[in-house]
Amino acid sequence: MTLEKLLVAYRTILTKELVRFLRIWVQTLLPSAVSMTLYFVIFGNLIGPRIGPMGGFTYMQFIAPGIIMMAVINNSYSNVVSSFFGAKFQRHIEEMLVAPVPNWLILAGYISGGVARGLMVGLVVMVVAQFFSGLHTLHSPVIVCVVVMLTSVLFSLGGFINAVFAQNFDDISIIPTFVLTPLMYLGGVFYSIDLLPEFWQTVSLANPILYMVNVFRYGILGVSDINIQGAFAMIGLFTVALAGVSLYLLRRGTGIKT
Amino acid sequence: MKALEITGLEKTYKNGFQALKGIDLEVEEGEFFALLGPNGAGKSTTIGIIASLITKNAGSVKIFGLEIEKHLSEAKSHLGIVPQELNFSLFETCLNIVLNQAGYYGISRKVARQRAEKYLTRLDLWDRRNEISRNLSGGLKRRLMIARALLHEPRLLILDEPTAGVDVELRRSMWGFLREINTRGTTIVLTTHYLEEAESLCRKIAIIDRGVIVENSSMKEVLAKLNAETFVLDLKNPVGKLPDKTEFSLRMIDPLTLEVDVKKKQDANALFETLSAHGIVVRSMRNKTNRLEELFMRLLEGEGSYYRREPGEGGPWEDAPREK
Repeated sequence: MTLEKLLVAYRTILTKELVRFLRIWVQTLLPSAVSMTLYFVIFGNLIGPRIGPMGGFTYMQFIAPGIIMMAVINNSYSNVVSSFFGAKFQRHIEEMLVAPVPNWLILAGYISGGVARGLMVGLVVMVVAQFFSGLHTLHSPVIVCVVVMLTSVLFSLGGFINAVFAQNFDDISIIPTFVLTPLMYLGGVFYSIDLLPEFWQTVSLANPILYMVNVFRYGILGVSDINIQGAFAMIGLFTVALAGVSLYLLRRGTGIKT
Repeated sequence: MKALEITGLEKTYKNGFQALKGIDLEVEEGEFFALLGPNGAGKSTTIGIIASLITKNAGSVKIFGLEIEKHLSEAKSHLGIVPQELNFSLFETCLNIVLNQAGYYGISRKVARQRAEKYLTRLDLWDRRNEISRNLSGGLKRRLMIARALLHEPRLLILDEPTAGVDVELRRSMWGFLREINTRGTTIVLTTHYLEEAESLCRKIAIIDRGVIVENSSMKEVLAKLNAETFVLDLKNPVGKLPDKTEFSLRMIDPLTLEVDVKKKQDANALFETLSAHGIVVRSMRNKTNRLEELFMRLLEGEGSYYRREPGEGGPWEDAPREK
């Protein structure tokens, strides 16, 4: 396919993905805004003042970056996992498989859809966070943009791999429930890992979400529990690895070809 | 040029079922080709491999000379597939389904819209273009899949039972449409359970059974293997008993209906003369079953079937050698 045709194909997949989640915005965009508002009200407003400042900021300000990141992670992941599994389930993934669309373009289209939803929801939650936390400036807008983008890509890829292996609707909720949610809650969203005993601090370093939350927090507040360069390297490494696995699975036809 | 060339194609599924046992098949450009076979014979597996939806274990597939393993993208651009099962989003409109499909082939929106109007209009779907696809009837859903497969104007169109579950009127109008696009140069490969459909549309035929091609020649040659045809005769007046000692094998269904086998070497005139001589007046005459259907059934009966009997053994088929 020529570059022009590739662009048309990419635009088609992306537009289809955007239309899909915007058409059902009450199910896709709104829930995160509501649940994250509840986090701010309960943890920030009610419990936060009793906890006191953390990392030199109010508790509300400290948890705001993590809560935004949670929304981005959840939405990027769930967009791709449900969309790609839906395409498999209804068999309209075959529309792409019989066409001369390269595998990497199919992947790029779905990932872009996941990123778009992740960013949209992230933006909504950021606006909500501003209202509650009074944070009006960013320590480093570039770091904020890069890390949120990378995180969104990474979890979109995770959602894609989950969808490839999923054989029924239960399979697409097992990972978010039993893996993603615990990792997010233990990823330093609500606390600084400095509060943990040394052993658990070391264990926490194996959690990739810790790096994303901390880099994002650094971009907004200028404080982080971990080294920023090392965190970026980890996120980049995970992203490249998952992209490689996704392309390999597509090439093999795992879950989509017999 | 060969539109489709399949050599030694084999497929064994993970559960051990061997769906294809090394089939060879060639379809010339411009041909209207029927691939027939009972359920589970290997038709859809063959189509799935051509469409690269199923991975083969051995053999090769070429589309207009392009090996699908080496030139997959280019080969796919020549190929249009209408699958047996519905495989479009049930939440999209008809127009979006065909426009998206065109997009996957890199066709610009402007050109795609023009083609969508052309094919959806021709298939009586344009007025319903903004309707969600799940609201369409079964027949219209099948038409939508045909329109979708044509948006990139493929040179080879493969239809896997496109008229299954479609009413007679709709089926006949689809036949007209398929004839039309074949006349304009599109090579068509069709699988169907309606053998009348294959006989009416296709010039060449292959029959697949248990993963093996058991017949592959022109429709004319296949039908020529028919050694006898069975006709049903509707009589003007009831008959009490059948005429004795005639050269025809006559059977009485009821006093006003007879059935007769007319062998290839016999002719209908002689039959009518015989009946007239016995005072039997025929009001009308028709084939008992579709000729291809007869052949198909006999062919699949296997060892000991009429198809395999020696001449003179009373079977309606000549002992034609089976293609391996």
